Amino acid sequence: MYSFEPSEEQKMLIDAVSRYASNDLRKAAHEAEENKELSSKLISKGWELGILQASIPEAYGGFGERSALTGVLAVEELACGDLAGAMAVGAPALFALPVLLAGSEEQKKQYLPPIIEAEWKPYSAALIEPAFDFDPNDLKTTAVAEGDNYVLTGEKTLVPFADKAEAMVAYARLNNETKAFIVPKGMTGLKIGEAREKFMGLNAIPFFRVTLEGVKIPQANLLPGDFAPVLDGSRVAVAAMAIGVAKAAFGYSRDYAKDRDVFGVKVAQKQAIAFMLAEMATEIEAIRLLVWEAAWAIDNKKEDASQKAYLAITGAIDMTMMVTDRAVQILGGHGYIREHPVELWMRNGRGFATFTGLAMV
Amino acid sequence: MIDFEIPEKIAGTRLVVETVAVNMMRPVSRYFDEHEHEIPWDYINFMHTATRAMGGSSMVPSEKKEGPRFGFQRLAVMVEMLSWGDAGIYLCTPGGMLGSAAVSATGSPEQKERFLKRFRGETPVFDAMCMTEPQCGSDTSAIRTTAVLDQEKKEWVLNGEKIFVTAGHKAMLDSEGFVVVWATIDKSAGRAGMRPFVVEAKTAGCQVLKMEHKLGIRASDTVSIVLQDCRVPFENILGSPEVVKDQATTGFKGAMATFDATRPIVAAQAIGLARATLELLKEMLAERGIIIRYGLPRQKLSSVEKEVIEMEILLRSAWWLVLKAVWMMDNGKPNSLESSMSKVRAGDVVNRITQKAVEIMGPLGYSCEYLLEKWFRDAKISDIYEGTGQINRLVVARQILGYRSSELR
Repeated sequence: MYSFEPSEEQKMLIDAVSRYASNDLRKAAHEAEENKELSSKLISKGWELGILQASIPEAYGGFGERSALTGVLAVEELACGDLAGAMAVGAPALFALPVLLAGSEEQKKQYLPPIIEAEWKPYSAALIEPAFDFDPNDLKTTAVAEGDNYVLTGEKTLVPFADKAEAMVAYARLNNETKAFIVPKGMTGLKIGEAREKFMGLNAIPFFRVTLEGVKIPQANLLPGDFAPVLDGSRVAVAAMAIGVAKAAFGYSRDYAKDRDVFGVKVAQKQAIAFMLAEMATEIEAIRLLVWEAAWAIDNKKEDASQKAYLAITGAIDMTMMVTDRAVQILGGHGYIREHPVELWMRNGRGFATFTGLAMV
Repeated sequence: MIDFEIPEKIAGTRLVVETVAVNMMRPVSRYFDEHEHEIPWDYINFMHTATRAMGGSSMVPSEKKEGPRFGFQRLAVMVEMLSWGDAGIYLCTPGGMLGSAAVSATGSPEQKERFLKRFRGETPVFDAMCMTEPQCGSDTSAIRTTAVLDQEKKEWVLNGEKIFVTAGHKAMLDSEGFVVVWATIDKSAGRAGMRPFVVEAKTAGCQVLKMEHKLGIRASDTVSIVLQDCRVPFENILGSPEVVKDQATTGFKGAMATFDATRPIVAAQAIGLARATLELLKEMLAERGIIIRYGLPRQKLSSVEKEVIEMEILLRSAWWLVLKAVWMMDNGKPNSLESSMSKVRAGDVVNRITQKAVEIMGPLGYSCEYLLEKWFRDAKISDIYEGTGQINRLVVARQILGYRSSELR
């Protein structure tokens, strides 16, 4: 039966997350971006909201069931505070959720409790490759069986916290399929770039180029399950974050337009601006429903969940670029100045075309 | 709890309506497009018999007080499917269009019974809404049609001219139907003076004049109605006859309440047409060996694939906006914002999709051999009637900005 209202439990979670997002993440965002650093205290506070912990069953140290829908509701709020903060808080999920979704019983028992029951520690995932036509289902990084080992060879980019991560999940092509492999830190042949990678946005997160030079990992480190549910979970998470960023940009530019005078009225009283805002709001709401639908399809194991997740992220990429661009436009010259957050949101907005793999629900 | 599953009861209805769309609408789509002003009686009689057999009286949702309510959700799903069949023929559906919607939204229980029971009779009956006038469309506060109370006879006397009345001919000349005429009882009160009046078929002084020739939806008649000292009983005024001047929007609120209910339904109509187009486009492409490869990065997609995927995103997201708006309606939540949002988006989407489909199929798209060109023509009205895309943007903008109409003109 159709319903577009989150459950009471979900509403409580949204409330708590949104308080943290606006009181903590948003306030720290500007400095974090400029200084290229997020405080560990800030991240820990976000970790304690228990978003990931609530999606891991008790048997593995958590206190709930994984729900992509609850996940997207939560990460939208986080990203509305600050995208870098949202991704940092969620970094352990980049490791834990693939284990939950594609791991064996043994792997879940081995890997999940130490993450879930502890304080926030950096974990990572290496999916994205430095190619213009990067395709998660057609990776250039390869895995080859060799005795009791798999040998991983390839190059990854945008690997968060790679320098300090306890462990990462690395994705590689094995027999023409994308598979996930657990790569503990310090493996021979695992080369972490010396300097942090520089990007247009997300400067608060340390990203590294990672080269897999024939990294030999035990067979037991292959997550046997399919890659599709992992990719779907990342696509809807990233799409939800795109909504969060768009929501932030929309809200800020709306408030600015209502406050600033022009030709004797408020900027927002001009139809040229009011219509831009109306279209932004409509676009955000439309794509939000698409993302919810995809997450719902994942939770209800619908056959076309993967296609829905694909449509959701594809729609979200365009939506967030459009909305963040217009937010800057509405602020005019002030939008171009880094004192206002809209230019950061616009930089982050463009990134969503390439962020799949940097968040998971 | 968020849920995207169609309620079972509605799924059943949808299946029935799909049969109608496939068997009774599509085969005659082209015929009625080419024979403007001919009435699709086969479809009309069938729909009338079918709704009667199912115990329904009209397409207007009934007011159930207890349990979950689905009325508007069901209506949206039906309309989407009928419009998928044929947008013009759908507009000929008897028993409950915009006139009934106005009665439902603004009438008393007695009025609802009196005016709506005719839809349960032996023969199909139609209704229509008269808002637009020759000198004003979107600016409804500028209407000049007047209603003056004749105290002695206890009758309202209506004078004025209404244009662009959808299904007006069928309501007034082809059945014992009615039109709802918006007129002012106090010009100086502006919008507060506006009231809806029910004018029944065969009322003296009410004449159907011109039948328009249109770009699309040709199966549906669009007429002008002239009211010359047209007298209707006092009880035919919908809502209160009092004018309270300090509440500037009292009268217009009736029209707005009607729009909250009808805009998502008109949006649903756009979605049905858009879905029909996208499905046919994908079929025609598939016949020519082009299968859409979902899941690939854009850099690896062909230009046609990109277009089709974009259309799919537009279509699905717009449909959920519509369903959310009607779901709010059913659940008694104020939905002016969502209602207008759904209309904005659906109007954009159906035009984008039909225009692109004709473009992609080239000469085949432009040819009358296929329905793509007809759907392109049918689509345009969705961004015009029941509030143009611009008027609905204005409504959305005022809502999100917290502005009154005087603050954002």
